[in-house]
Order: sequence, then structure tokens, then C-alpha cells
Amino acid sequence: MQSLSNRAKKLEKKPMTMSERMYLPAIFQGLSITMRHFFKKKATIKYPEETRPMSAVWRGLHVLKRDEKGRERCTACGLCAVACPAEAITMVAGERKRGEEHLYREEKYAVSYEINMLRCIFCGLCEEACPKAAIFLQNDKLAPARYERDEFIYGKDRLVEPMPIQNQ
Amino acid sequence: MELSLLLIKALIILAVFGVTLLIATYSTYAERKVAAFIQDRVGPNRAGPFGLAQPLADAVKLFFKEEFVPANANKFLFIAGPSLAMLTACMSSAVIPFGGTLIIGGEAIHLQAIEVNIGILYVFGIVALGVYGIMIGGWASNNKFSLLGAIRAASQNISYELAMGMSIIALLLVTGTLSMRDIAAQQGQELFGISGLNWNIFYQPLGFLIFIVCAFAETNRVPFDLPECETELIGGYHTEYSSMGMGLYLFAEYVNIFVASAVMATLYFGGYNFPFMNQLGLPHNVVTILGTLVLFGKIFFFIFFFMWVRWTLPRFRYDQLMNLGWKILIPLSIANVIITGGAILLKQELF
Repeated sequence: MQSLSNRAKKLEKKPMTMSERMYLPAIFQGLSITMRHFFKKKATIKYPEETRPMSAVWRGLHVLKRDEKGRERCTACGLCAVACPAEAITMVAGERKRGEEHLYREEKYAVSYEINMLRCIFCGLCEEACPKAAIFLQNDKLAPARYERDEFIYGKDRLVEPMPIQNQ
Repeated sequence: MELSLLLIKALIILAVFGVTLLIATYSTYAERKVAAFIQDRVGPNRAGPFGLAQPLADAVKLFFKEEFVPANANKFLFIAGPSLAMLTACMSSAVIPFGGTLIIGGEAIHLQAIEVNIGILYVFGIVALGVYGIMIGGWASNNKFSLLGAIRAASQNISYELAMGMSIIALLLVTGTLSMRDIAAQQGQELFGISGLNWNIFYQPLGFLIFIVCAFAETNRVPFDLPECETELIGGYHTEYSSMGMGLYLFAEYVNIFVASAVMATLYFGGYNFPFMNQLGLPHNVVTILGTLVLFGKIFFFIFFFMWVRWTLPRFRYDQLMNLGWKILIPLSIANVIITGGAILLKQELF
């Protein structure tokens, strides 16, 4: 058949030489290759003990920040929920009572704040939308695998940053 | 006196049996580790430190699986298959000398379970019987893939046993004895003034090459694992097996590898002898114990070699396998016998 590009290489099927027909040189070559791999550095990262180094701009698990006095910054304005393309965020707003000034910074706060980690795509739009610098995606934590679906709905207990020790 | 002898023999038999099973158990672990290392992974490392409890976990898993017998299978033969495979695999390590003599209280104790003066023949007989386990199991499954695997195993073993027997005949011409103990002891003589280096590999390099190729075929290891060729036969002869029936087949394969390694180390690589064994000036018992350790070192090397080849070479095609067996290995081994015989005659004439 005429080749279209005229670049096709003509190959002749040569009979195998004696050393090729003996297989043994090729086998030893193969064995030396596998032996080299035996002593190579392993590609595996033993996950729970070691973690892959993450980038500084990695978008991982969310956190709800407190201000410098340990009060929650979130005012339940709902902008993050609106911004969320996956509709993963739900919240219930409530009014701050007298005597709770040390807990919440503004008069309005989130009574419940839930993120469904199965819906979340970790895009970081909530972080951009937040006017109070309350929600951030951490660069050193992941939402780990779990056995039950409802364990993926993270409430305030798992999202809010723990109290700084000196304020307790 | 008789009773103590009996007790010692019983202890040695028990020890050999235990060591065989232990090494076979940890071969499964070693296989996975070697595979992983060759493929730039780390292998099992979750169960126990470095994954050392992995064989136990595997055994527990296999025991708790359902022991399933297909509806149209012959139940007796279906169970007899893996049992026979395991039985024959465990029997052949009985005649292998695992060391010289220990002298305790003026009494010389041979570190060998049973001494028969036809040791090699015994090993051959048992190994040949081993294929019945595979054949019966594959046939009794009443499944065409199992049957094909069983037939492949049978024809493969018949083909390669011939070449293996021929390579052994050349070795017997050199040694002049069939007893494993005598063959091992002969290799402890001097070669070029170095004691314990009179290994048969220096007299029979071609014979060893043929023997090791046939050993791969006899143990159904890659590149000759056609009976369990997944791409063509699903699982081959053990397609229908589950639970410990399957476990016994897999385990028997590792026992066979251990036995094949031990036989190769004993016949060709000096057995328990090591270079300079008599020139070090050590006490007799210390030399014996060192020799046993050296023998196990050689055995472990061969077991490693089996695994190394497995993760390097692809499988043969079945016609290539038969070509290699009948058209290359058998003529080569016959030539080897003739050359060896000629060399021995020449040596008698000239020296």
C-alpha cells in the first residue's frame, strides 16, 4: 500500500540472533532493572502518619474565626450561603441576649451554622464573600473520610475555632 | 537408648515441619513486600510493626470465609484436591539435610529428618505426586476453566519433569550417589585449597540452569504459571475454590517454593557447606550451626529469586512453554548428560 506521508519506515523482520533466541541476556537485563527499582526511594506517602506538604493557598477545612477577645465574628448575614455555588451552607440567625457580649461580637449571631462537606467544593467563595472575616478555609486541615453521611454535616461545634486559653 | 533416638528424630521432624510452614507463611508476606519494593511501593505495613502480622490476618480472613462447594462438583474429590496438594508439598522437605552433625555427649546427631539412600528419587516422586492435587481439584470443580487449568498443569509438569530428571542424571554422574546427605557432604571437600567450596554448580552450570528453569515450571511460578493464567482461565484450577481450600493451594505453592529452593541449595550450591569452613579452627558444633544458617541464607536467596523473577518476567504463551520444554530443554539436558559422561571418562583416562 502506498503510504500517504512517504515517511513510513520500512521495517524488515530480521531473524533473531543467537543471544536473542537464548532469552537469558534479556532476562538478566530485566532482572537488573527490577533490582534497581527495589532500592529506589518509594513513592508512597504513609498517609495518616505523614501528610503531603500542602500549598500555602490550599483550601481545606473551614473554620469560623473569633476576634482578638475570643468573640465569634460571624453575624449570620448569609452572604456566604448566597455565594456558595454548591449550596452547602445553612444557618439560623439569632439575637444576642444581655450578658452574652463576651461570646458574640455583634448583636446578631449564628445560632446554628452548618456546612455539608459532601456538597462543598472547597472553592473559597464563602471566604471571599464574608464581610466580617469570619470564615476561612484552612491550609493545613482536610475534611476526613467518615462512615455515615450525617457525620459530614459540620455544625458549629466542629467549625468554630476553639477558645484561646487565656480567655477561659 | 532407642527411645532417646526416637525422641530426637521426632524433634527434628517436628522442627523441620514447623520451619517449613513458618517460612511458607512468611513467604506470602515477603512476596507482597518484594512486589511492592520492585514497583516502588512499601507493601503491607498496617498489621503489626512493618506489617509482620499480615500473614496471620490473611489466614484469619481465609478461615472466616464461606467454604463453598459447587452444586455439581464431586464433593469428595473437591476437598481431596487441596488436601493432597498441601500433603505432598509438606512431605518432600523430610529428606533434605539441614546441617551436618551435632555432637552431644559423644553422640553424633544428623540434622536431617529422615535419611534415605535414594533421597533425590524420593523428592522427585513426591513432587510428581503434587500435580495430582491440582489435577483432581480442577477436575472435580466441574468447570471448564478449572479443567483447562488442571490439564495445563498436568501436561506442563510431565514436560518439564523429563528435562529436570535429565539434568539430575548428569549431576548423579558427578556425585555417584542418590543420597542427599552424601551429596551435601561431598560438597564440603576442598577446591583449590578452600574447604567447603566443592560445589556442584562449578561442575554442572548448564545442569543447574536447566534445573532452575524446570523448578519454576514444577512449582507453577511465573513465567510458567499457565495453570492459573487469569487472563485466559479466570483463576485456572482454583477458580471454584474459596476459603481455606483456596488458602491451601496458595500455601502449597509457597511450601513447594521453599522445598525447591532447599533442593537447589543442597544439590548445586553446597548445601550447609560454606567456604573456609574447616580452616577457621572453630569447634565442630559451631561450624554445624553456622552451616545450617548458611543453608537457610542460600534458601532465602533462592526464594527471593523466585519472587524477583515473578515481578520481572511476563507469562509464556502455552505453545512457547511447550517449545521451550520439548525442543530446547530436553535436547540441552541430554547433551549435558553426554558431555558430563565424556568428561568423566576423559578424567579417568588422563589422570
